[in-house]
Formats: sequence, C-alpha cells, structure tokens
Amino acid sequence: MTHISVKVDGTTYEDDVEPRLLLVHYLRDRLGLTGTPIGCDTSNCGACTVELDGVSVKSCSVLAVQADGGEVTTVEGLAQDGELSALQRAFHEKHALQCGYCTPGMLMAARDLLREHPHPTSEEIRHALEGNLCRCTGYQNIVRAVQAASEQEVPA
Amino acid sequence: MIPPAFDYARPASVDEAVRVLADAGEEAKVLAGGQSLLPLLRLRLAFPELVVDVGRIPGLRGVREDGNTLVIGAMTTHHDVIHDPLVRRHAGLLASATATVADPAVRHRGTLGGSLAHADPAGDLPAVVLALDGELVAQGPRGRRTLPARDFFVDYLQSALEPDELLVEVRVPKADGWGFHYEKFHQVAQSWATVGVAVLVRRDDGHIAEARVGLTNMGSTPLRASETEDALSGAGDAAAVTRAAEAAAEGTRPSQDVSASPEYREHLARVLTRRAVLAAAGMG
Ligand SMILES: Cc1cc2nc3c(=O)[nH]c(=O)nc-3n(C[C@H](O)[C@H](O)[C@H](O)COP(=O)(O)OP(=O)(O)OC[C@H]3O[C@@H](n4cnc5c(N)ncnc54)[C@H](O)[C@@H]3O)c2cc1C
Ligand code: FES
Ligand code: FES
Repeated sequence: MTHISVKVDGTTYEDDVEPRLLLVHYLRDRLGLTGTPIGCDTSNCGACTVELDGVSVKSCSVLAVQADGGEVTTVEGLAQDGELSALQRAFHEKHALQCGYCTPGMLMAARDLLREHPHPTSEEIRHALEGNLCRCTGYQNIVRAVQAASEQEVPA
Repeated sequence: MIPPAFDYARPASVDEAVRVLADAGEEAKVLAGGQSLLPLLRLRLAFPELVVDVGRIPGLRGVREDGNTLVIGAMTTHHDVIHDPLVRRHAGLLASATATVADPAVRHRGTLGGSLAHADPAGDLPAVVLALDGELVAQGPRGRRTLPARDFFVDYLQSALEPDELLVEVRVPKADGWGFHYEKFHQVAQSWATVGVAVLVRRDDGHIAEARVGLTNMGSTPLRASETEDALSGAGDAAAVTRAAEAAAEGTRPSQDVSASPEYREHLARVLTRRAVLAAAGMG
C-alpha cells in the first residue's frame, strides 16, 4: 500500500492505495464519484477524462499514486452551487448528448481546449476532441455546443 | 481491466532510479507518462514486479540549447514539445510530428523519452528522431553513454537500453534553414500511423542539396530511406522528386496487419514520401 493525498473537486482526501489502482477506479470506487465513467480498455474513448493539475488526462491511464499531491477536477466539480457552468449549459441547450455516456469526458476535453484557445474554429474543436468518442450524436451538436460556450465571456 | 499487482518506487534522482533498477534486474519497468505502459498493464500484456515512476525526478523535463544542439529532457511531454519555442525554431519537424501523436489528453502525459524507449515502429517519433540524426543519452550504473538514433532502435519494441539504464535526454542537431514535413497516413483521427514519412531537406539555389527521410512502420524498427535520400540530392523539380520517391520502400520489410498488407505499405511509402518531400521543399 502507498499513502496518497489528493484534492478532488475541492476536497482533500488521504488514502492508502495499491499502486496498481487506476485513478478512475479511485474516483469511482473509493470516493464514490461515479460521474466519471469508464468506456474502454484501450485508453481510446476519453469517457474517463478529468483534469489533473490543470490539464486533461485520461483517468484510466493514470495511477492513483501518480496523482499523489495533485489536484483533480471531475465533471462533478464543474457546477458551482447547483449552477451549471456555461459549457454544461451549452451542451444542454444545443442538445449535445443523447445517452450522455461520453459527456463528462467531452466536457473536460472541451474545457481544456477553451482554456488554451478561448475562441476556437470548428476545425480546432474537432481536433481537440479527437480523443473522445461519441457513439450517439454524430458530433455535430457537440461542436456547436463548444462553439456556443466559447462565445460567452464566462469560465467554461 | 485492472492491472496486475506490482510494487512501486518513486525515486527522487536519476542516480537513485538507476540503483533501484539495477537491484531489481529484469523484473522492473520504468514508468514515464504511462501512456503506453498503463494500457499494456490494463490488458495484462506486461507483468512487472516493480514499477519505477521517474515522473518526479527534477531535471528530466524541459528543453535547452547546447551550441548547435537542442537537448530535450526525456520526460518532456508531447504537449511541452509542441509548444516549446526552441523546438519550434530549431526542430520544427519534431514539433509538427508530435502534434499528430494521439490526442490532447494523451499528449499531456506521454513523453518524448517514453515514445523512444518504447521503440514501437508504429510510433511517430522514432522515425522523426532518426531523420533528425538525433542522439540518445542513457544513464546506468556504469555512467552515461550516448547512442546515435540509428543504433538505438534494435527491433520491434526493443531499444538498446539495458534494463538498468534510464534514457535521460535526446540531443538533436539544430536544423535551422531546413525544410521539413511529416506525412502520416492513418485510418481514424486518433489511430497510429499505417505508414508515416518524416522529411528534412536543405535547399540550395532551387535544388535539393541534401535530404533525410525517416520511415514510420515500414519494418520492425524505424528506417531511413537511403536510396531515396541519395536520389534526391540535386533534384530540382517535382518530376525528379517523384522519381526519387519510387525508391522509398527499397530495403524495407513492412508488416502485415489488420490495416494494411506489406505491398500496400510499400505503395504508401512511395506516395507519402513524394508528398512529404514536395511539401518540405516548398515544391508542392
Ligand atoms: C490512445 C492512444 C493513442 C496513441 N497514439 C499514438 C500515435 O498516434 N503516435 C505515437 O507515436 N504514439 C501514440 N501513442 C503512444 C504515446 O505517444 C505514448 O506517450 C508513448 O508511446 C509512451 O510515452 P510515455 O511517456 O507515456 O511512456 P510509458 O508508457 O511510461 O513507457 C513506455 C515504455 O518505455 C519505457 N520508458 C519510458 N521512459 C523511459 C526512460 N526515460 N528510460 C527508460 N525506459 C523508459 C517504459 O518502461 C515502457 O516500457 C498513443 C497512446 C494512446 C494511449
Ligand atoms: S476509459 Fe476509455 S479512455 Fe479511459
Ligand atoms: S451521447 Fe451517447 S456516446 Fe455520446
């Protein structure tokens, strides 16, 4: 067992974990933060994307021990006091989800893009989301939602 | 899937890492960005007894100049390589090829050193570092040694690193004034290259004076298309480039897999080489 201390969505947790524990399993099974889903076994789908120390990562491809001392933001940390973020609202309004399985990862990847490029073209949005698979929407409305969010001067 | 159980070490220095590796022998695995190793562990294709996480060792990340050479720390992430002003100025080929690797989240974790040490011939960066005439610096219990890229890639997923050696830096001669292009053919956005071609050209008076061509996924290691390189010297127009590119698959032994036959890969090598050289030379 290895001792870790991780801040997740604003709360600091101290735990003893097996080194092989993946960050996504730590979030879901240990902390009960099941907003972050697992969609594949091959690091391809991006459903599990969270922020680690300010950048997007696939939480199925990071060990919990690698996040020791770090700060994680999951989809559950986006809404503030029950208010959806601008990006979440845009996903809602532009109908950017059907089953919703890919949505947490899409939101985290899109946030990352908007931080680096506050006003991306639709081409840039498509490139930035290339690590996130959606099997329902055909992506059109996801791109529209990110674009709509980028037109608002509030944090994603 | 859940990875097999392993012990975990997080050394604080290169010396300590090398000591830990030497003590553990063949049963230890270095963990850099984890973007190749963790998928392998999840699929239970690797069973290390000890994972040595070098992610917190200071000094392994970042880019500096050493005269006419660019020195890139092994733990420099793909994301940092793409955005580094020195890499963009002196090794634009590396920055632009790295931008085609995987996706933004993988590029935030994956490292240049990890991509090279992994020695996957389908990886984009081995052929790029080979075309740049790069050198790799390894540190082990017997000290440091520097290997030219052409000696580093030994076979499929096999580098010249000993189990107790850590790749610490990558040295590439500055390619100021050289035209460059990385042409990658892949089937879906995030997939690996079916074939990739990395090209550097130095032009003189409207002609190609010198060319270097690295091939991704055309054999069990990255390769240089030497016949094409020779044929390109003096090429002054698109027809001459096309003729030279016809030799791009000479001496290669591409593999057969679900996405391509060897013959198709040879065809791709010729077509992509022509495109890459024309783009690098500004003749397109
Ligand atoms: C979905 C997905 C798509 C991808 N697509 C591409 C792509 O299109 N093109 C591409 O080139 N790559 C691709 N990759 C791989 C990616 O580039 C990895 O980042 C890279 O192959 C490994 O780097 P890493 O730092 O993550 O290494 P790790 O996974 O940590 O290590 C890889 C191997 O190298 C060894 N190693 C690592 N660092 C050192 C060191 N300093 N010294 C000695 N040994 C070391 C490890 O022991 C291990 O065996 C993809 C990965 C994923 C998950
Ligand atoms: S679960 Fe699919 S990328 Fe992480
Ligand atoms: S909404 Fe169903 S996978 Fe994207």
